[in-house]
Order: sequence, then C-alpha cells, then structure tokens
Amino acid sequence: MIGTLTAFSDELRRAGLPVSLTETLDAVRATEALPLANPAVLRAALAASFVKDVTHQRAFDTVFDVFFSGAPPRARLDEPALAGELADGGQGGGDATGELDAASLADALADALSGRGELDLNRLAALAVERFAGIEANRPVGLSYYLYRVLRGLDLDATVSGLLEQVRAGTIESPPELDQIPDLGLRRRLQREGVADRSEALRQAIEAELARRLAAVRGAVPVARSLRRNLVEDVDFMHASRTDLAAMRRSLAPLARVLAARLARRRRLGRQGALDFRSTIRHSLSTGGVPVAPRFRLPRRTKPELVVLADVSGSVAAFARFTLHLVYALGSQFSAVRSFAFIDGIDEVSRIFAQSSSITEAIERVETEAAVVAADGHSDYGGAFSRFSARYLDAVTARSTVLVLGDGRGNYHPAHPEVLAGLARRARRLYWLNPEPRAYWGSGDSLIAQYAPSCDAVVECRNLRQLERFVSELS
Amino acid sequence: MSPAELPLTPSRFSDAPSFASPAALVEALRRVGYLADEQIATVLYLANQLHKPILVEGPAGTGKTELAKSVAALAGSRLIRLQCYEGLDESKALYEWNYRKQLLRIQADRPDEERSDGRWASLEADLFSEEFLLARPLLEAIGASEPVVLLIDEVDRVELETEALMLEVLAEYQVSIPELGTVRARSIPFVVLTSNDTRELSEALKRRCLYLHLDYPSLEREREIVLERVPQIGAALAGEVAQMVASLRKLELEKRPSVSETLDWARTLVLLEVEHLSSEVTTATLSLLLKHRHDLELAARELAGERA
Repeated sequence: MIGTLTAFSDELRRAGLPVSLTETLDAVRATEALPLANPAVLRAALAASFVKDVTHQRAFDTVFDVFFSGAPPRARLDEPALAGELADGGQGGGDATGELDAASLADALADALSGRGELDLNRLAALAVERFAGIEANRPVGLSYYLYRVLRGLDLDATVSGLLEQVRAGTIESPPELDQIPDLGLRRRLQREGVADRSEALRQAIEAELARRLAAVRGAVPVARSLRRNLVEDVDFMHASRTDLAAMRRSLAPLARVLAARLARRRRLGRQGALDFRSTIRHSLSTGGVPVAPRFRLPRRTKPELVVLADVSGSVAAFARFTLHLVYALGSQFSAVRSFAFIDGIDEVSRIFAQSSSITEAIERVETEAAVVAADGHSDYGGAFSRFSARYLDAVTARSTVLVLGDGRGNYHPAHPEVLAGLARRARRLYWLNPEPRAYWGSGDSLIAQYAPSCDAVVECRNLRQLERFVSELS
Repeated sequence: MSPAELPLTPSRFSDAPSFASPAALVEALRRVGYLADEQIATVLYLANQLHKPILVEGPAGTGKTELAKSVAALAGSRLIRLQCYEGLDESKALYEWNYRKQLLRIQADRPDEERSDGRWASLEADLFSEEFLLARPLLEAIGASEPVVLLIDEVDRVELETEALMLEVLAEYQVSIPELGTVRARSIPFVVLTSNDTRELSEALKRRCLYLHLDYPSLEREREIVLERVPQIGAALAGEVAQMVASLRKLELEKRPSVSETLDWARTLVLLEVEHLSSEVTTATLSLLLKHRHDLELAARELAGERA
C-alpha cells in the first residue's frame, strides 16, 4: 500500500497539486486507520489528505480512478443477471442465453436517462464499456478514442436529443418524483434538466470506467500520464476548450473575492500615520490614564484609476473577456474604471457595464453592441490607438493606470508606436498584458517589440495564475 | 499544580461507540439531526483517529458550523467557539494577563514597604501565575480536563499573521506562554476550522489539517434534509423543492441559494399550504431563495419562459 501511495502522490504532484511529505504521511496513516472495504471511503480518506483546494478535486479524481482501479463490486458486470433483472422488471430483456440484445440496451439507456430506470448509471457505464470499447492492450491509442467508440456505440447524443424532444412534446412519462407537479411547464423544465444531468453523469462514469480498465491492462502510471490535465489556473487562454472556459468562468468569482480581499488588506496595512492624540487619551482611560498603547491616524491611500484598452478580436477574445470580468468584479478596489474595446475601430464600453445588471451580461453585450470594427475586422493596433487619442484622450490623466490587453499582432498595419508613447507620458503607469507565450513575441506580425519601450512593463498573461499575480501587484 | 506538569491523555472520543466507524458516525449524526454523507463521516472519523484538525471549506449556508455543533452534541461534550474577525489578536484568541487584577495585587501589598525586597520576589512569581491568566478560547480548549470540540469559525477572516498564532495549537496541542512555560493539552480537543473561501489560507495551516469541502448537497440529500428539518412538509413537495433549488443553482447567479434558504423556502411553502410547486408560486416566493435584484430578475424571466 505504501508503494502505491507514494506513486500516487508522485503522480498528483506531476498533475500540479501541492503535495508535501505531510500529506503522503497522513494518507498512509489514514489507510491504516480505516476499514478499507469500501472504495468510496478510500476516496474520501485520500481526498481529505491530498486535496486542499476544491479546484484540484477533478485532477485528483482522475488519478484516483486510474490508481485504485480494482473495479468496485457494484460496477462488476454480470450480464446474464442484469438481463434477468431487466426482464423481471417487465421491460423485456435477454433471450435464453442471457445476452442483452441491442434493443433492450437502448431501452435501458433511455429509461436510465429519463430517471425511471432501475439500472444504476455506473453499471450501465460498465456494461457499455464492456460491450463497445473493445480495449486492446497493445494498441497505442488514448482514452478519448475509446470514449468516442463507446459513446457512438451507445448512440448517447441521439438518445438524449430524442428524449428531450419527447419531453417537449409531452409524450414521455416524468420520473416519479416529478409526477405530481401540476404545472406542466415547470415539470418539463425539471425533466429536461434531469436528462441533461444524468447524461453528463453517465459520460463521466464511462470515462472513469475506461480509465480503470486501461490502467488494468497498461499499468496505472502511464495511463495517468496520458490523462493528465492542466489545473484550471494553468489552462492557456488562447487554447482553452469549451469545458475549460466554463470551469475558468466558475473560478473567476472566488478569485475576484480573494483578490479584492488581498488588495484591500495591502491598502490598509503598512500605513504609518501621525499620532492621534484624542484617541490615545481615550484609550488610556482603561489603563488608569497611562498611555500604554499610542494610537495613530491612518492616512488614506488612494485607489488607482483604471483605463482598460482591450483587443476583442477572435484570437484573444477569451483573454479580454476574463480580464474585463476580473477588473469589474474588483470594481470597489479602484476609484474609477473606464474600458474601451477595439479591433480596428474603438468604442467605449464602460456604459454597457454601468447599464447591465451583471458582469456576465455586460460582457456578452460588449461582443454584440460595441462598435469595434471600422474597416475589415482584423486587429489594427496603430489605428485603434490613434482613434483613441483623437476621441478619448481626456480619459487618461496623471492618476490613471492604463492596461492594454492584446497579443500585439497588427496584421501588418502600421504600428504608430509614437501614439502609445504619448499615452504613456500622460498616464501614471501603462502596462501591456499579452496572452501569447513570451517566446513568440516579435515573430511575424507581432508589434510588441515596437510598443514595449513605452510601457512600464509588458507582462506575459497566458493563464489565470499569471493574471492573478499581475492584478494582485496592481495598486 | 500547573497544567504543564499534567500528563497528556491523547484520547479524543476514541472510545465512544459513535466514533467506531464511518458508518456508525453517519447513524449517530442522524440522531442529532445532521444528515452526513459517507465523505463527511469518513473525514470526521479520520480526524478523530489521527488527532488532526478538520478544515471545512465551502459556500455560505451549507452547514459548516452546524457540523461542529452536531459533533459536540453527539459526543455530549462542550463546544468552545472562537469566532474570527479582522484584527483578532493573541489576547483575544489565546490568553491575556489580567492587568487590572495584577495591579490590585501589587497595591494590596503597599503597607509594609520596608520589607519589600523579599516580598517582591514572591510577589513576582505570584503575579505571573494561572490566577492572573485570562484564558481565551484556544487556551481554554487546551486546558479543558475533558475532550471538547473547538470550533474556529471563519478562519479566513483573520490576517495571515494571526493565522500563524494558531499553528502551535493545531499541530502540537500546546500553548507557549513566555512567563509561565508551555501549557500542553490535558486531552486533545476535536478541532473544526471553517472557511468561506474569501482568501487563500496559508500552506502551513492547510498542511496541518484534513480537508473537507462541503458543497451544496446532492438532490437526494437535500430532499432528506428538508424532510428532517421541516417535518410538516409532504414527501412529494420536499422532492420538488429540492429539484427546483438544484435547477436554480444552475443559473448564472451572483449568490446561489444555500441550504438554509432552501429550508426557509420550504417552511414558507408549508405555511402557504402549497401542495405542489408551480411557476406562479415559485415566482411569488422567489425572494426567499435569491437575495440579489439581478438574480431575482433572471430567475423570474426563466420561469416566465416556461409558462409561455
């Protein structure tokens, strides 16, 4: 067990989790203290020792599935018995040999997804993997290949959309717990969500089952390596998948809260003010008039005024969206925020943020409402800066900190670095946040090298971790 | 006898039958009205076995504080609570010398000043004794003669520097007082720290704790919680309430409804004599679940869309 746990914690470390010796020792002691019959208990015990941040849970689960792969008893497959059960349930089922035919498997799937089946999703997943994956030990293909095969074999997407259609048309019974809601609209809404939830759960169960079986034939460590995924804070803005983006969006709100607290604390700490005579005397009353603890007046530290210029063209849109979101979520930490979006035209978007009831809504509106295209819709940094100087120069004062968000790829338009230099002279600080890897700066149509001399700093900002670091230094 | 000389008895609730296994804990917690799942019970069990504190994180209103209270209730032990806030310091968390009492003690001796030399030595030893020590929650928990539950609530509210104060208590179950020596625990307290995740806690603190993330409960568990806490509710309505709340939590809300808000809502529905949910009833009572204007508008729009 100790050997397995050491390899397990090594793999977690490689997946990016901060695992120290203490955590490994705790895990060893935990496994010794526990009755280990139940894999769910083992998972909880190891998670309590290793996962100290909820965003790491997913990475942990993946590695856990691979390492402790002795398929749990409930997922063990016994097809004849299963077919028998389904037959007993009066839903048709197996023939004499106990084989489950394709039609009754499809029925079982539809029932399970609509919440009326007796079949546990984990068992269904095990069954599907057994039936469709056809795992070959020596073929060098990854888990996603088998996942694709299983999902195609089950025809999951078609089944789900078929079910949703039936729910909409009202031709399908609702699961028992919803049966008694008289309000049809509400019932169907809950029914649809149930189908979507269960299909997602099934997909995850299939993935876990595949990971288990692959680990059984190939060994845990290589499978874990092939499944290794970046933690949310390390995902590259420019190459994030849709699920990654959703996870990043979810982690933004807590991140903003943490950052706001940090900025506020820094502003409060380290202030040395003049002696506050009145307060010192008032507090000395409780020590018999002896001023034991002198009191000081706290000076006000000014909050920075932000001006954000964001390139919102396709290639860097995700980055701009996250940064704008973070900046507005931190609104109370800045004395004022004005934001401008550009591609080859530029438009002030502060009013959209002021009018919208949430930041998410505002950012969606920026994409549809802001007049950011002047000519062909390809980023033109020089042009956008010139237009900014002509129309909005008042926004930049000696108190403003200017943030330019973009990859600095100007599609071979003229750069006009002197315009940015002019802005930098007016502003207190000017920072450029670039979502591209530093190694690519200056290659091809990148204009960063020409703009860099006017900036106080050009900061590589490829993922949430780097963005967080930059913002927490900003004050 | 000063507490430093007392033998250390590292038993928490190891002997109590409720702590015999995770399954027994689920049962015992249910008896005191807390519905734990396997994960929660396993972490509690391990914390008791390994003598480690538990750090409970999660959104507001998911029963973090309640968990500590329930552990105290089922073990029949005292709950000592340290509510954290910004500016919490040593004198509020650990101990403080009773300055006024010391002053009185000195003044009581004034009359015979001529023999002050010898008296001063004994007085000095006397002044920094337990009699003049005000025990604050951490020291109180350490000094208790029977196992207690120590709840350090909302630990994310204190500054990073203050957090370090707690490390000695959490890892060694002892407090060092310069004038008095080291006070070691007579019996190791069961420590629960809660955090609302408003700031990143230090690695040092996390390393000393087992970690438990209390998220919104699963559909099934939330239904059971509603049934347990609002006994007048019908089984069908409880299920519908859980479904509806889970559905609302999926929206992009500023503040998602917590379990305590679910319970408030369920109680209201019972008072209104609602038997089954409808869009109208839900819209009318939405303000019990959602507390932001934007959230209310969004949810009302969603529900209206269903009716059309």
